[in-house]
Amino acid sequence: MKKARVATMWLDACSGCHMSFLDIDEALLDVAPKIDLVYGPLVDAQEFPDDVDVCIIEGAIGNQDDVERVKRARERSRILVALGDCATTGNVPSMRNPIPVKTILERVYIEGAEGQKVIPTQGVPALMRHARPLHELVKIDLHVPGCPPPAPAILYVVSELLAGRIPDLKSKVRFG
Amino acid sequence: MSEQITMRIDGQVCTAKEGQTIIEVAQANGRYIPSLCHMPGLSADGCCRLCLVEVTGLNRLLPACTTPVRNGMSVVTDSERLNQNRLMALELLFSERNHICAVCVSNGHCELQGLAQQLGLTHIHFTYNYPKLPVDVSHPRFVLDHNRCILCARCVRVCDEVEGAHVWDIAGRGINSMLVSDLQRPWGESQSCTSCGKCVQVCPTGALVEKGHAVEEMTKRNAVVTQLAIKRGTHP
Repeated sequence: MKKARVATMWLDACSGCHMSFLDIDEALLDVAPKIDLVYGPLVDAQEFPDDVDVCIIEGAIGNQDDVERVKRARERSRILVALGDCATTGNVPSMRNPIPVKTILERVYIEGAEGQKVIPTQGVPALMRHARPLHELVKIDLHVPGCPPPAPAILYVVSELLAGRIPDLKSKVRFG
Repeated sequence: MSEQITMRIDGQVCTAKEGQTIIEVAQANGRYIPSLCHMPGLSADGCCRLCLVEVTGLNRLLPACTTPVRNGMSVVTDSERLNQNRLMALELLFSERNHICAVCVSNGHCELQGLAQQLGLTHIHFTYNYPKLPVDVSHPRFVLDHNRCILCARCVRVCDEVEGAHVWDIAGRGINSMLVSDLQRPWGESQSCTSCGKCVQVCPTGALVEKGHAVEEMTKRNAVVTQLAIKRGTHP
């Protein structure tokens, strides 16, 4: 059987959803032979590859770089999964949204800094005005809320997707 | 003596007393209708729009908590149209203020979060509003976080109808509506608040909570309020 080409992506989030993915423990041994992990924080690939079957994205869209990466993932993936509350609702990254970006950066890098008081602009992507959930930018095929989504829910999602079905998550997951 | 009424809820024949509302009769007959502002023991408000039902012969939907039953009435509590309406009402509540379940003291015990799970809501189609809202920590024992308030007015009603203090009111109109204590004074400076905590117990979300709780630690005992109302004879 042809292995499914799977990518994962970590945007504006804490990596807890990736941790929860690893928390499926011994079930990883069942999943691993069925997939080719072609991109993500767990592998070395630098460029998002073509022809991806499933891309699982953790995190909100918080900066300009996130925007480009999500668009690229959408163009090159058949199924895009928003994993966790940051990807589905904005969650903790969106708590900055009521406050203007300039005010936050000054609070952290000027008022809150000891020593060099400089707002970094080189080598870091510019923050978006709001940290937003993925579906506000691209079409998302499956939303899996939770902070993080429990490991059994992630295993169910991955198993169903590998079996060629879009899982029915009704009542299996919740925000928070 | 009040008159007996016969009606149908989802096809099931139910008997009721004149003056009862659709949601009361439904609950007495084991039919569940989702709601957020309704609370047995308090007067009906009809503001959350979660309990909308179809009444045969009427094109528009009616709130089950404020609509009195009539003899021969036929009510539908579960349909695709109702489900769409309920999801929309829930999504509007989520998008209106800053509901961050993951960092909320009521995470796992919240009626708004629970309804979203129950109705299978996995994301919000509307663009979020992200308002900048204050948190009132001036009371020595309690906190009011406007970010999590859905303006269900349970606190307004329990304080007025059960405690008799009437500390709370809703000020403003539409999207600018805000819960206020003592005509917009900080809660801690309220002259009328008895610090009884009933408002905290009936609040469906983490908007009114006790101080000193971390994430997921705030559980509520709102059945106490219903029992009080029954003992005092203010609840049928």
